[in-house]
Amino acid sequence: MRILSLRALITSRGMKVKVLCRNPDDYVRETTRDIQRVPRNYDPTIHPFEVSREYTRALNATKLERIFAKPFVASLDGHRDGINCLAKHAKTLSVVLSGACDGEVKIWNLSKRECMRTIQAHEGFVRGICSRFCGSSFFTVGDDKTVKQWNMEPPGRGLQEEPLNTILGKAVYTGIDHHQTEGTFATCGQTVDIWDEQRSSPIRSFSWGVDSFSCVRYNPVETELLASCASDRSIILYDMRESAPLKKIIMQLRSNTLCWNPMEAYNFTCSNEDYNLYTYDMRRLDVPVTVHMDHVSAVLDVDYSPTGKEFVSASFDKTIRIFPKNSGHSREVYHTKRMQHVICVKWSADNKYILSGSDEMNIRLWKANASEKLGLLTPREKAALNYNQKLRDKFQHHPQVRRIARHRHLPRDLFKQKRELREMKEARRRKAQNVRKHSKPGSVPLVTEKEKHVVSVVE
Amino acid sequence: MRRKGVKAVPATMAGGGNNEEELSPDDEHIISASEEEDGSDDESKHAKLLEAISSLGKRKRMKRTERSEASVQVSEFSVNADGTGEKVNLSDLLGTMDKTPGAPNKTKQQLKNLQNRKETLELPLSKQQTEKIQREVAYDKSSKEVSRWETVITQNQKAEQLVFPLRQDPTGPKRMEQVVAGWKAKTPLEKEIFSLLHSNNQPIHDPLLTPAEEASIKAMSLEEAKIRQAEFRKARVLQSYYEAKARRERKIKSKKYHKLQKKAKVKAFLKQFDEMMKTDPAGALEELKKMELSRMQERMSLKHQNSGKWAKSKAIMAKYDDAARKAMQEQLEMNKQLTQKLVVPSDDDDDEERNVEEADALPDFVNDPEPILDSVNPWMRGKLTQEHSEPEVTAVATETAVETKDEGQNGQREDEEEEENEEEKLLREFERKRKLRQDEDDDLVPVPQEEKQVIPVDVAEAEEVAGENVIQISDDEDKEEEEEEVVVSEFNSLFNRLMKSSSVPPVPEQTGAEEAELLDEGLVRVRTMDDLEALQQDVVMDTTQPAPASATPAPSMETTSEPPKKKKKKKGIDPNEVLTKEAKVIKMPLAPTVVEEEEEEVHAEQTAIIKEAFAGDDVISDFLKDKRKQEKAGQAEVVDLTLPGWGEWGGVGLKPSKRKRRKFRLKAPAPPLRKDQNLPDVIISEKRNSSVANHQVSQLPFPFQNSTQFESCVRFPVGQTWNTQTTFRKLTAPKVVTKMGAIIEPMSKEDLPPVKESSGAGSGATIVLGEKVEEETKKARRRNPLQKKKKKSRQ
Repeated sequence: MRILSLRALITSRGMKVKVLCRNPDDYVRETTRDIQRVPRNYDPTIHPFEVSREYTRALNATKLERIFAKPFVASLDGHRDGINCLAKHAKTLSVVLSGACDGEVKIWNLSKRECMRTIQAHEGFVRGICSRFCGSSFFTVGDDKTVKQWNMEPPGRGLQEEPLNTILGKAVYTGIDHHQTEGTFATCGQTVDIWDEQRSSPIRSFSWGVDSFSCVRYNPVETELLASCASDRSIILYDMRESAPLKKIIMQLRSNTLCWNPMEAYNFTCSNEDYNLYTYDMRRLDVPVTVHMDHVSAVLDVDYSPTGKEFVSASFDKTIRIFPKNSGHSREVYHTKRMQHVICVKWSADNKYILSGSDEMNIRLWKANASEKLGLLTPREKAALNYNQKLRDKFQHHPQVRRIARHRHLPRDLFKQKRELREMKEARRRKAQNVRKHSKPGSVPLVTEKEKHVVSVVE
Repeated sequence: MRRKGVKAVPATMAGGGNNEEELSPDDEHIISASEEEDGSDDESKHAKLLEAISSLGKRKRMKRTERSEASVQVSEFSVNADGTGEKVNLSDLLGTMDKTPGAPNKTKQQLKNLQNRKETLELPLSKQQTEKIQREVAYDKSSKEVSRWETVITQNQKAEQLVFPLRQDPTGPKRMEQVVAGWKAKTPLEKEIFSLLHSNNQPIHDPLLTPAEEASIKAMSLEEAKIRQAEFRKARVLQSYYEAKARRERKIKSKKYHKLQKKAKVKAFLKQFDEMMKTDPAGALEELKKMELSRMQERMSLKHQNSGKWAKSKAIMAKYDDAARKAMQEQLEMNKQLTQKLVVPSDDDDDEERNVEEADALPDFVNDPEPILDSVNPWMRGKLTQEHSEPEVTAVATETAVETKDEGQNGQREDEEEEENEEEKLLREFERKRKLRQDEDDDLVPVPQEEKQVIPVDVAEAEEVAGENVIQISDDEDKEEEEEEVVVSEFNSLFNRLMKSSSVPPVPEQTGAEEAELLDEGLVRVRTMDDLEALQQDVVMDTTQPAPASATPAPSMETTSEPPKKKKKKKGIDPNEVLTKEAKVIKMPLAPTVVEEEEEEVHAEQTAIIKEAFAGDDVISDFLKDKRKQEKAGQAEVVDLTLPGWGEWGGVGLKPSKRKRRKFRLKAPAPPLRKDQNLPDVIISEKRNSSVANHQVSQLPFPFQNSTQFESCVRFPVGQTWNTQTTFRKLTAPKVVTKMGAIIEPMSKEDLPPVKESSGAGSGATIVLGEKVEEETKKARRRNPLQKKKKKSRQ
């Protein structure tokens, strides 16, 4: 903005006189409703100590962030047994489906925080639940060896809840997932089966020397690919179009569930019994891309954020943790006194909330960003938040800022367990070091943490 | 029953062993029916019948052949026993080839070649192996398929900002057709309205004419249409004529003409009004009211107060010109008329008189109300105030200085200018002259200053003039600054060297990395700001404890600007400078100078006072002492480990031998050279300042390659205080933007870039800040259709 300008005036005598003048357009508002234009001088000499001032601001921003970190939003209670599975509605953010260990399925309205519908879907556990891609119906599988399709709309008044379709199977189904765009779904139990919605027998079934699977998931991007976790500590990849499975990795301990990254076609993360999560690249299965550690007990479920930048994991240690997709450690841990073993977890489709279902019959709703302000923000608020975020990022390596940003409260037993684990790990490391030191050089190779956990890759 | 059937099968059918299964139940039924007759003499008859039946059913049966597989379950381990003993040779099958005339000669030849070959074929692979190969192929295929996403994914990872959901409708105006096509009645009200419209044959889409209207348009006869057209034409011509006339009249510059016109208008109006009074009193009354209103408005607007541009010019001319005077008078009268309704008429008269007087005495712009526009700006106010403002003076000063030389020549001109009519110019000229005179009076002061600031001054010269000490000092300061820079650069380089040379602390890498990333989980729950403060203090405690343990000061990253400040403090005392100055002060009175005695006396007095005030302070020696002490403290001490009485006699008054003492005196290795070794006037403390270190980054964070990178990253401020609004917005743009309440769908195949494209222009996810990139993407988009066209043309 150039307010002052030199203007040459020519007097009547032909003398040139230079005069300083301002253009009123630069400082006069056009209407009274306009904001007064305040010229600012950004000369750095007038605003000294920029680093130290910004550092202070960053420090304050981090403090405020920690103070406002109240992630717990709501608890949905109503189930009469532990919650075994959760599913998001494909087209509506406010609808969530949950299946419990007593065979009951409940449909929740999140905005009202109430149960809209209750269905006695199965005898025994509801093992898996998934919504159809269009959101018009949903599927459940249970311990009673059935696959049932239900209408998302409640039945008319006085009518009984009845499934649209029921498929009687030969063995127990333990998981189900629906195709992203077509009318096919996959179940797993003794085999991994691909079903057409119109048929009562699977159009394809895969088995590879394993007798039970715990989880099967469709790839949301490359929609013909599938992955499953099997009881023989393996993860198996499939292509729906092929007649045989693609590949198998065998790990040291069993994987419970897995989840594909919705923004990266070839990456998936599995939650393992050995307290860790592993992110694999489908094309290079021999070594995981990242090992995510922090849990102190078996990890039971994992779900990616819809942006594909982070994922959330539920664990037997009664906590939920949020991991950045390429970080080895969690950025956040959520726990409450009453929350028991967390069995299932889901990240909402708008990237704002996390849902967790746990043993003690409650579904909990958490904010994905603990200190985020909910609701509409004014532009100024937004700008301030963005600035604070930027400052925190900029000064994140500074010890004071980092210390405040990293501080989390943990229950005592968890804390102790964590310490114990750390000691164990350290001891193991020390021992390996000693063994290496006292043996012939080269005879004890150095095995990295990533390589430790994969036993073999079977083609 | 079945056996009988078999018997009954004629010889022609016996060729295929499997045929017995092909018997349809119908046949059986017929057979059983014939059996019931049971006549022995009818055997031949029966046979005949059977024959007939078989011939009847022949075609049918041939049609109904089923799949003749050995069994449903094909096993690789056991061969089904059905059909044993009937070997089918390849030659049997191939025999037909020769007979069929349709088969091409080439294939026949190939077959012959095959038959002649003696080698046996290899065994087929085992099932496991074939499956493995199948899997491998399938895996390769799918992993290749998946790899197509790599470009998109890396692009998204690098993108400065990602906006979710990825596929968003482009904002901005849409074309009419799109909107119309996409719109549907959703709410019940809309639906109702639409149903009504439909039922009444009302138009919904573009041509907004009802069917009835359309029909009427169609029904209009040709003649009618022609008449109408003519009418339209006439009207148009008339309109254009009037417009032209009006334009012409408006362009006439003659004031007289306009005046006359106006008067005529008024007259006509009055006439009309009179008529109205008679015919339509109510209407007239309204007119009157209107007139009254306009009069009031006129009064309010101060239009005839002799304050306008015209009035001003007239006021100037009134002295000499009768006509002008007359016009003024008229104006005033008008004013009088307008303001007549005032309660106190005498006041009004006074005003008028005053007005007249003022108009005579003063130029009119004195009375001018300040234009509202310029209220903010002192520059644009009345000319006199402009002269008073200081910045003007300073701004013009340089130019005036230049103009002083021409002044003599211009003297006459100026005289002439004085007589000019334009008061503004006159006044300005006066003011300028006055300023010039002032400048001339004290031009000795500012001008040489400027010169001296421009020309570098020798030190010797500078010493001569006492008044110029100021300048010399400033020079010295410059030098100091240079030195500072040198020192800082040295410091930095040394620092960097240290950073490089100092091996990374012997903590195992992995654990270090973990430490960096781990959440700091503890039993304390932080609730308030105080707790957070406490957290910080904990850090202080943590870091202070290990600090003294390390013998060599750990090199720390200077991230803030504190270290340079420290240096500055130390450098504030410069013994060399001080020494020279003191010498000067002492010499001053002795040296023969041109300066007046008074000044000299004053100066001497001053120096005496300063001397007295700082009599006790020996700054330089203090500083030197300090420095020596520091150096000594840094030096390695000799440790004497001689034990008296060990290996020789000991006791009171006995000292260990020289040889032994030499042997057991341990000299520590010499410490690294001090940084301020060659800087006599500086002390550089190499101690780690713990209070600062708490806030400093001790290790180079991951993505950065060297310390300068990191430092520059930190040094660059992002706040609004230092950046313009737009830059601020760009700098603080969040990495991930999500829309409230929008479902973020996973990536779909539409997001994949087209296969044969060099740059991934197709990804909707990336919005890279910066116009260049946007332009590029636009270009790419523009390119795309072309490419498609090319492809098509090739096809």
